[in-house]
Amino acid sequence: MTPSRTAFMAILGKDLRTELRTMRSLPAMILFAITTFIIFRFGLDRISLSGSLAGGVLWTTLLFAAILGINRIFVSEREEGGFDSFRLAPVDRTVLFLAKAAALFIYLSVLQLIVVPTFAVFFLDQWAGLVPLMLVLAGANLGIAAIGTLISSMAVNSRARDLLVPLLLLPLVIPLMIAATGASAPLFDVGGPSYDDFGQWLLVMGLYDGVFCLVGYAVFDFLLED
Amino acid sequence: MTEVSETAILLRGLNRNYGDRPALTGIDLELVVGQSLAVLGPNGSGKSTLLRILATLLRPTNGEVRVLGIELPKDGWKLRGMIGYLGHEPLLYQDLTGRENLELQAKLHGLKPDEARARIDHDLDLMEMGRRASGRVNEYSAGMRQRIAICRAVLHRPKLLLLDEPDSNLDPEGRDLARELIGPAEGRTRVLVSHEPERAIAEADAVLRLAHGGVMAATP
Repeated sequence: MTPSRTAFMAILGKDLRTELRTMRSLPAMILFAITTFIIFRFGLDRISLSGSLAGGVLWTTLLFAAILGINRIFVSEREEGGFDSFRLAPVDRTVLFLAKAAALFIYLSVLQLIVVPTFAVFFLDQWAGLVPLMLVLAGANLGIAAIGTLISSMAVNSRARDLLVPLLLLPLVIPLMIAATGASAPLFDVGGPSYDDFGQWLLVMGLYDGVFCLVGYAVFDFLLED
Repeated sequence: MTEVSETAILLRGLNRNYGDRPALTGIDLELVVGQSLAVLGPNGSGKSTLLRILATLLRPTNGEVRVLGIELPKDGWKLRGMIGYLGHEPLLYQDLTGRENLELQAKLHGLKPDEARARIDHDLDLMEMGRRASGRVNEYSAGMRQRIAICRAVLHRPKLLLLDEPDSNLDPEGRDLARELIGPAEGRTRVLVSHEPERAIAEADAVLRLAHGGVMAATP
C-alpha cells in the first residue's frame, strides 16, 4: 500500500493546483458572499449590526457560499475518471475523504480571509471581536468540511447534485450553525466582545466536528463502491 | 507479499445484472499468466462490463471471480496496484498537464520520485509525447490523450493489463508506438477488448466471444 501521507498530499496538491489554475470555486464563493452582504445591507437598511443579528448574517452568508464549493469538490473525480483512477491505486480510500475535506477547509479559510474583513467594513463598528472569531471560524470550517465532503461524495453521482447537496447538508449543519452563531454573537456586542458561553459553544462545535470526522472516515469506503 | 497463482483469471458462472437487465450471463473462463485474451462481441454485449469487473471497479452479481489468485469482490483491495486499466475514458485530469497526471499517478502508486521520473520520461518518449507532456490535457487531441492514458495505465508496471479498445483515437503511428507498452509480449498478461477481430485474434492466446450477455464461443 502507498503511504497514506504521500497519497493525501498528492490529492490535496492536485486539487489546490487545479483550483489555482481554473478558479472554478473560490471566486464564485467570494462573489456570492459579498453580493449577499450588499443585499443584507440594503435589505435590513442598517449600516451597522451587532450581537446575534451580526452573527446570523455572517454565518448564513458563509454557509450558503460554502455550498457552492461543496457542490464542486468531487466534480473532477466524477467527470474525469478520478474515482476510477483512485480505486485502482493501492491507497486507503479514506485518504480521499481526508484530502477532499482538507481542500474544502482551505477553500473556506481563503473565502473567510477575504469575506470576514469585508463583513467588518460593511457592518461592524468595532473589530476587536475578529481575533477570537478566528477560533469559531476554524471550528465551523472543520465541521462544514467533514459534513460537506461526505454529502458531496453521496450526491456527486446524481444528476440532481446541485439540489441534493443543500437538501442533505442544511439539516445536518443546523447544530453547527447554532453553535457558531452562539459563539460569535457576544463577540459582536456593541460595547466590545464578551465571552459569555464562548467556551461551551466551542466545545459543542468540537464534539460535532469530531463526530462527523469519524463518521466520514468510517463510511467513506462504502460510498466509493459501485 | 501477495502470492500470484499460475492462473491469471478464473471465472465460473459469472453474472452481472444492471437492475433487471442481464449484462453478463454465465461466463466461464480460465486464462494463464502470460497469455493474451481477446474479448470480442457487438456493442452492448458486456465486454466493458467484464473488464470493469476484472478491474475491481464493478461488483459481479454472482459467480466466482479470481484475478491473479485473488477472490473478487471479497479481497479486491489486494489487487489494487496490480492492474493496468485502460477504459473508454482516459482517466486524466483535464486541467493538469500530461506529465502532472503521470506524476500524480506515480505518487498514488507509491513510486519513489527518481523511479517515477525515469519511468515517466521513458514512457513519454516511447509514445513520442515527451515534448508535448507539459501541455494541459484539455488542449490535447483525442489521440494525444490516448497516448498519455496508455502511459498512465502502465506506469506502475502492472501484472495484468485490461485494455478496452486501446487503439481508439490512435493514428497508425500511435498504434505502433503503443505496442511496446501494451502489445503482446513475453510474460505479459492481457485482456483486450477490440472491434478489430482479425488483429485481436492474431495477437491472442484465447478468444472470448460475447453476444448480449452470454458467451457465444470461448476458444482456448
